[in-house]
Amino acid sequence: MECLVDQDVEFVFGYPGGAVLPIYDELFGEERIRHILVRHEAGAAHAAEGYARATGKPGVVLVTSGPGATNAVTGIADAFMDSIPMVVITGQVPTGLIGTDAFQEADTVGITRHCSKHNYLVKDPADLKATLEEAFRIATTGRPGPVVVDIPKDVQIAVPSENRASKLTAAHRYAPQMAASPEQIIEAVDMLAGAERPIFYTGGGVINSGPQATELLRQLQDITGAPVTSTLMGLGCFSNTHPDWLGMLGMHGTFEANMAMNRADVMICIGARFDDRVTGRLDAFSPDSKKIHIDIDRSSINKNVPVDLGIVGDCATVLGQMIEAWGERKAQDLGEWKARIAGWRARECLSYPEKSKKDPDAIMPQKAVERLYALTHDRSPIITTEVGQHQMWAAQYFGFDKPNKWLTSGGLGTMGYGMPAAIGAQLGHPDALVIDIAGEASIQMNIQELGTASQYRLPIKIFILNNEYMGMVRQWQELTYESRYSNSYSDSLPDFVALAEAYGWKGIRIQDEKDLDAGILRMMEHDGPVIVDCCVAKDANCLPMIPSGAAHTEMLLYGDEVGGTMDDEAKALV
Amino acid sequence: MKIQSAASERHVLNVTVDNEPGILAKITGLFTARGYNIDSLTVADITDDHAVSRITVVTNGPPEVIDQIEAQLERLVPVHGVTDLTTAGPHVERELALIKVCGKGDARVEALRVADIFRASVVDTTTESFVFELTGAPDKIDSFIALMRGLGLVEVGRSGVVGMIRGATGA
Repeated sequence: MECLVDQDVEFVFGYPGGAVLPIYDELFGEERIRHILVRHEAGAAHAAEGYARATGKPGVVLVTSGPGATNAVTGIADAFMDSIPMVVITGQVPTGLIGTDAFQEADTVGITRHCSKHNYLVKDPADLKATLEEAFRIATTGRPGPVVVDIPKDVQIAVPSENRASKLTAAHRYAPQMAASPEQIIEAVDMLAGAERPIFYTGGGVINSGPQATELLRQLQDITGAPVTSTLMGLGCFSNTHPDWLGMLGMHGTFEANMAMNRADVMICIGARFDDRVTGRLDAFSPDSKKIHIDIDRSSINKNVPVDLGIVGDCATVLGQMIEAWGERKAQDLGEWKARIAGWRARECLSYPEKSKKDPDAIMPQKAVERLYALTHDRSPIITTEVGQHQMWAAQYFGFDKPNKWLTSGGLGTMGYGMPAAIGAQLGHPDALVIDIAGEASIQMNIQELGTASQYRLPIKIFILNNEYMGMVRQWQELTYESRYSNSYSDSLPDFVALAEAYGWKGIRIQDEKDLDAGILRMMEHDGPVIVDCCVAKDANCLPMIPSGAAHTEMLLYGDEVGGTMDDEAKALV
Repeated sequence: MKIQSAASERHVLNVTVDNEPGILAKITGLFTARGYNIDSLTVADITDDHAVSRITVVTNGPPEVIDQIEAQLERLVPVHGVTDLTTAGPHVERELALIKVCGKGDARVEALRVADIFRASVVDTTTESFVFELTGAPDKIDSFIALMRGLGLVEVGRSGVVGMIRGATGA
């Protein structure tokens, strides 16, 4: 407990059980740390992620052995994929019982070995303090990630003998490279200065690097004039209102962002990792560009896309070095490049049909997100999402101009992430407006956390775009499987308004577009938690879209004929 | 549809690691999880305090995959460093094998004669069997085993490769 206080831990997200009772007993009456009792361990892990993403501080999870630990695994894997700093403390059966198939025993270090940044089984009480200190250091430095510390019950109780020092000498281990070599910086700046069609391709690493990195990115953009796009995880690292902002890139990115990526002559990738959802077909990905990749994780460089200059280092540090090296240089005249971009922008790829064909009276989901943004952005809300169409619509139609305001499960794509993440974010920012933009299918994956928000009086808002489908699955089935909607419909849905009320929340249903603004305002005015069940067009699809196996230049836009089937190669690329 | 595979080359990697529980599982698991190959793997601790182990992995893959393997290994917290002997320059590779051969008469004499040529030593014998110990580069051991196959080969145990850079400097 003292270790956690030393690490400035404010909140522990957890659920008690047999193998962590000694720690829970220490928590009893502990005033320096607040324990947030979730309803399911998956909720604890996602809440810790939300807290970490919104505050930049590590999230802490405390769960019991066996099912407690295995339930938390999805959140650990999620944090690993999205590089979220998190320390997960799991109880374990006493050391003498390990390996005997004891009650609630699971091989937690074995299970989490490949979905955590590092993990430990602490067998000697003398190592506990040093292990926890190292766990926090590893979780928060370099490329952040989840670290699991598995503590057997007897080790939790034992008092370490004073005369036996820990074998762990933490200091020598794990020293990530932060700064780039001056030669690399000069090479990067020369490439950037000589570019006629430069583009910044930015990702979650800029946000993980801290608020300074976003500041420096904006400075470097200002002196170079190059347009900026960003991945799903990077939204907020650059301002959505800036004229050189291209919007998100990738599968559901904007036409202008993807076309600019394809036609660029110098690409500066900062804290992004050339994910398959971003690159589309690899052999057609930005074929004529020289690529610079800045990443703190050496293994991200040249993993999917070979680059011309790989720079290992922290985004903020390297951006600072680049700005310094740029000095008094004059930016190239990018007028011609900007004019081409303006041409792509003129396609207005995000304009969607006013009415649904099959469902002409229904609210278009894109409209709902646009109105939500229009009515809330003055309050600089924190937005979380689940996973699916609603997530992409939120990314496309909600604007972000600051970092740490957008919390979404990007890499792992975990449905059920949004509500617990909103709980964590709200605890980190008690006065902020926190909204989970959800789908009716995803929200049910961790619906039990309604109780957690009630218990801690957290005024989070859940805005469900309810189309009675697992919409993204349905959309893929339309594109790839001739509209055979195999199990992608939401049957037997709860009455979300009644459900909200059952948990002491406020429930609002919006069915008509004329009630949309009023509904959103009522949601904001209520000082407690609210579920808004916004019934939207059932057949709306998320476009623009790069279909499976296609290149950046082959986007489907609204108005294109969508549907049919695909060959096996394309199907396998899902 | 067909799944394509790329041309691959053999590399010997030396990995120094903190000698802590689970590190071997971490490394072998990394290879399986990411679909890399392990041709052989040896591990033993190499310092007086047993704190550091050296792992030698023989792997194969296209050059860009080998580069990824090194990067992924270096990313693990307990890994101190990775040296690719194959790209580092001249180096020595050695492997130890125990080979049991059973036979009588001419075959037995021939086995002993071949062992002599290969400078294998006899570490166990009965009236109808030998256990040979042979050290050398993997292809030398391969050819010895191939010859023994016709002379009553019973079983083979191989240690896997350990390797080191030639010259005065360490890795």
